[in-house]
Amino acid sequence: MPRFWVVGEPNADGSISKLSTEVATLARTLAAAAGGEAVGVVVAAEPDRAAGELAAYLPRVVAVADPGIARHAWSVPAAERVAAVLGDDADGHVLLGAGPDGRDVAGTLAALTGRGVLANATAVRWESRLVVEMGAFGGKLVTSSGFKTPGGIVTIRPNMVTAEPSAAAGVVEGRSPAGDAALPRVAVMDSVEEAGAAAPIEEARIIVSGGRGVGGPDGFELVRELAAELGGAVGATRAAVDSGWIPYSQQIGQTGKIVKPQLYIALGISGAIQHKVGMQTAETIVAVNRDPDAPIAEFADLLVVGDLFDVGRALLVALRERTG
Amino acid sequence: MHIVVLTKPVPDPAAAAERLGPDMRLDRAASPAVVNGNDEYALEAALKLVEAHGGEVTLLTMAPPGGADTMRKALAMGATRGVLVTDPALAGACVRSTDEVLAAALRELTFDLVFSGFDTSDGNAGVVGAAIAARLRLPYLSNAAKIEPEPDAGLVRVRRITPTGYDVLEAPMPALVVCTQVLGEPRYPTLKGIMSARSKEIASRSLADLGLDGARVGGAAATTEVLDSRKPPARGATTVVRGSAAEGAAAIVSLLASRRLI
Repeated sequence: MPRFWVVGEPNADGSISKLSTEVATLARTLAAAAGGEAVGVVVAAEPDRAAGELAAYLPRVVAVADPGIARHAWSVPAAERVAAVLGDDADGHVLLGAGPDGRDVAGTLAALTGRGVLANATAVRWESRLVVEMGAFGGKLVTSSGFKTPGGIVTIRPNMVTAEPSAAAGVVEGRSPAGDAALPRVAVMDSVEEAGAAAPIEEARIIVSGGRGVGGPDGFELVRELAAELGGAVGATRAAVDSGWIPYSQQIGQTGKIVKPQLYIALGISGAIQHKVGMQTAETIVAVNRDPDAPIAEFADLLVVGDLFDVGRALLVALRERTG
Repeated sequence: MHIVVLTKPVPDPAAAAERLGPDMRLDRAASPAVVNGNDEYALEAALKLVEAHGGEVTLLTMAPPGGADTMRKALAMGATRGVLVTDPALAGACVRSTDEVLAAALRELTFDLVFSGFDTSDGNAGVVGAAIAARLRLPYLSNAAKIEPEPDAGLVRVRRITPTGYDVLEAPMPALVVCTQVLGEPRYPTLKGIMSARSKEIASRSLADLGLDGARVGGAAATTEVLDSRKPPARGATTVVRGSAAEGAAAIVSLLASRRLI
């Protein structure tokens, strides 16, 4: 019976991450198709809340309480505890979110268990084996891949699956960490909250993004206002980030994040390949650009030719009139 | 201080000519190779640190023999020397083989820090650094926005980017650090740098040199396989609106409303 293990990522407040609920929903679907079992694993100093929340999506969740983990970078000790829970289930597949923590756990777990890794999946199916769809070369190709070994590790991009709780909540099984950890733990000396930290753009339903055309940090005020009006997040190109107008956390593209929102509004963004690879799978793309021949004209659904500030302000007025 | 920077030649994303051959592996003839963009940020961070603290930067690359050409550009930025792990058996190597081979190559080197880039522009997995750290039992510090080694104390402090700010991590050296773009833009090679790179050493290592068996790592032992590849579905036609700002805004509102986005 194939097992699909879901590594649940707890948020700082102890709740389960949204991405983990998406991954859990996918694991449940795969288990149903494969006649297997989906099991969650949550490792934290106090895992009960996150494990309980994850159990709304999975029939069984293993909660490993590791009191020392709060003072250390999470991913390495978490991966060790997950490897211990996997035990001798060499056939089991491990599913994680494709965020910074998920990829760290995936890499560590790959070395600890000898499993292969298929990263940043956009779809996963069961066809008497696991078939994993991913973008390659920044989305210029879509590939389907499989494991040649019995078990594998798959990281799943945000917003690929809609999280749906199961009909009946699952059980949480508390467990103490087994054995001593062998890998060095890295001490967290301090955790700093930065003012104005924005909502994570990977999970946003709507993103309003600014590029070089925005012209400066003040120009991003309009981008922010539009994003707020639409209930979305603010994104940016590398040029805008390198100029220091907006933090790196908001950068979309080859050296930034890859997003798949329902709506992407690109203001003053030419749509060069380096940016395109980060946002081309958005469901609806709207661009405002002075240059009708900008590359973004080739893949936007709607291109408004004009000054981004004039059109952006007019759009803000029109949206506010609607909501009145 | 001695820093090893992991660098990978990747098909030039700007050329947009990447394709897979009939064997479902990258058709290297179709697309020119460049140093992976995020590795250049890691190299820049390493160069700045050895400029401040003294020391050397070694590049470590696993690639076909042609990988030496792309390594020259990274050497021209200022790295001291390169190590190229190359072996016909490595064609088609998966992530698991890559980390095993790079870990074996690192065992032969002396270093205080190993830097890797955030991910590569071809595969985007970004998991090899964590796997190497686990194999070598090195402290693993990822997502670095700032790297402050204290060679006298034998420590390194890293600002790790978090969703709401950053964590300050501290670990003894040697350690492995995954770099981000926040560390600063890579420099352009100077003419002098390009000239001196020509005579810098690139040591070539085979699997046998590293004591590894070509039947157990590389293409023959791949844990994953590509089943098929295709172009992503084409997007629909673009509607272009010219006119006043108000007309443009109205066109946007009408599209968003028709798609129930507002």
